[in-house]
Amino acid sequence: MSLGDLAPLWLTLKLAAIVTALLLVLGTPLAWWLSRTRSRVAPVVEAVTALPLVLPPTVLGFYLLLAFNPAAPFGAFWLSATGGTLTFSFAGLVLASLFYSLPFTVQPLQAAFTALGRAPMEAAASLGAAPVDAFLTVAAPLSLRGYLTAAVLTFAHTLGEFGVVLMVGGNIPGETRVISIAIYEAVETVDYATAHLLSGLLLGLSFAILLTLYVLNGRGRKRGSR
Amino acid sequence: MTRIDLRINLQHPDFNLEIDRFVPLSGLTALFGPSGAGKSTLLRVIAGFERGAGRVAFAGETWEDAGHFVPPHRRRVATVFQEPRLFDHLDVRANLAYAARRAGQTGALAAMIDRFGLAPLAGRRPDTLSGGEAQRVALARALLTAPRLILMDEPLSALDHARRQEILPYIEELRDEAKVPILYVSHSHSEVARLAGHMLTLAGGRVTGFGPTAEILTDPALAPGLAGEEPGSLIAATVTEMTEDGLCALAFPGGTILTPERLGAPGARVRLFIRARDVMLSRARPEGLSALNILPAVVRSVAGAGPASADIALDCGGTLLRARITRRSAAALGLAPGVPCHAVLKTVALARD
Repeated sequence: MSLGDLAPLWLTLKLAAIVTALLLVLGTPLAWWLSRTRSRVAPVVEAVTALPLVLPPTVLGFYLLLAFNPAAPFGAFWLSATGGTLTFSFAGLVLASLFYSLPFTVQPLQAAFTALGRAPMEAAASLGAAPVDAFLTVAAPLSLRGYLTAAVLTFAHTLGEFGVVLMVGGNIPGETRVISIAIYEAVETVDYATAHLLSGLLLGLSFAILLTLYVLNGRGRKRGSR
Repeated sequence: MTRIDLRINLQHPDFNLEIDRFVPLSGLTALFGPSGAGKSTLLRVIAGFERGAGRVAFAGETWEDAGHFVPPHRRRVATVFQEPRLFDHLDVRANLAYAARRAGQTGALAAMIDRFGLAPLAGRRPDTLSGGEAQRVALARALLTAPRLILMDEPLSALDHARRQEILPYIEELRDEAKVPILYVSHSHSEVARLAGHMLTLAGGRVTGFGPTAEILTDPALAPGLAGEEPGSLIAATVTEMTEDGLCALAFPGGTILTPERLGAPGARVRLFIRARDVMLSRARPEGLSALNILPAVVRSVAGAGPASADIALDCGGTLLRARITRRSAAALGLAPGVPCHAVLKTVALARD
């Protein structure tokens, strides 16, 4: 057993952390819009956002692989803009995970924003706060539990990603070899010791994360009864 | 005198708001009418929470018109809502500071905390405040925005009687001292009688009347639109004495009124509101009646007020007193303009001024 065996774990944690941070920022305006709009396009956007929940990850991975291909317009654009390819790279994994984990960010946030209603934002506006100011100082802090749920679910969900990674990332140590891939490979090569270690870690970690979420949510419910 | 110009045509699925007039604003103006009349919607249009309504201009500044919209946070209109809408993640002081900072009024914070007696609450979270305390904080917070116009959407309706009495003096003080016009939505006669100098009545999304409160509240032509509450009379009176058996005596040009409620020290000027249906009429002076207040009066006019009821306007020493009785009684008593009679007041609702 060496630290090298744990490299996939660190890579996975790094991926999950980056994806969670990016999604909380990018998901906020989308979730806000969905919670406020009466547009007829909204259900379409909602359905697209929820697709990763029901699609086999291999399907999502397949389309992303096609899009990331340097011969495809988006892949070519990325190559010319950054000098690197998206396929079989960490950047590609991050981008793919943004799609894959999107619903786990947007849905809790949207629910929180909807529950908030229009009252706090109107109150803030009547006190002279411009919309962005009002969002940052009133709506976001009042939606703290929504953010916590979104962050935990996104992080935990990204930890367990497998199918999409396999399709667009492959199995490059230190680059795209996340923990789920490493476990798969260990089992394939009958290295049960490594498989046990990594699986146990992932199991424990996921449980700890979810337990934290439910404990915090339970407390919040008691305290925040209005 | 500031004025607000309204040319509003707002189509809602369940009702339309159609208003085309200007309203001069000074002191506290009540927006009065039954639920569903469009009072709150009109307030939301003026605040800027509802757009696409037409034209709204305040003190010569256009807030909304075709292709033009001043967002709510730039109107310097403070809204006090029915529920206090304090920010639960901030304590009382931070709630006040939120408003003060954005209006450049941080210097006024301490004085406002004193004025509303909020010092003991300053460190508390909104969810630990009583309804009355929270509404007091909301009032102070609204004032700290240095508003040009204050909108109040039934700020007392969520409170019980005792809490209302606690908040009313603050609203009165605001009206008398702040020099900021207040638009006050209410469907309570007594609140309006006590607070409003003028009132704008709405029914079914249209304006039905505007004028001094005393005139509008006693106008039988507006009665059907007024919340299903019958009209009544506003009487200005002066407290003369407390009797030995604990009654408060009030003098007005039509005579003396006694109430079991202590309304103020002798000399205090008060306004009384007497609902039309709480006035009985008798041709001869009634004897052996438990009612305290029997006033001589002369019939001024008789008007139908429904299939079976009639509104009788009485001259009571120069003061208008209104009674609602059945048509049958009106006929039996032979009531007609110029006929002398006696008005028996069953209850006197009081509106301290």
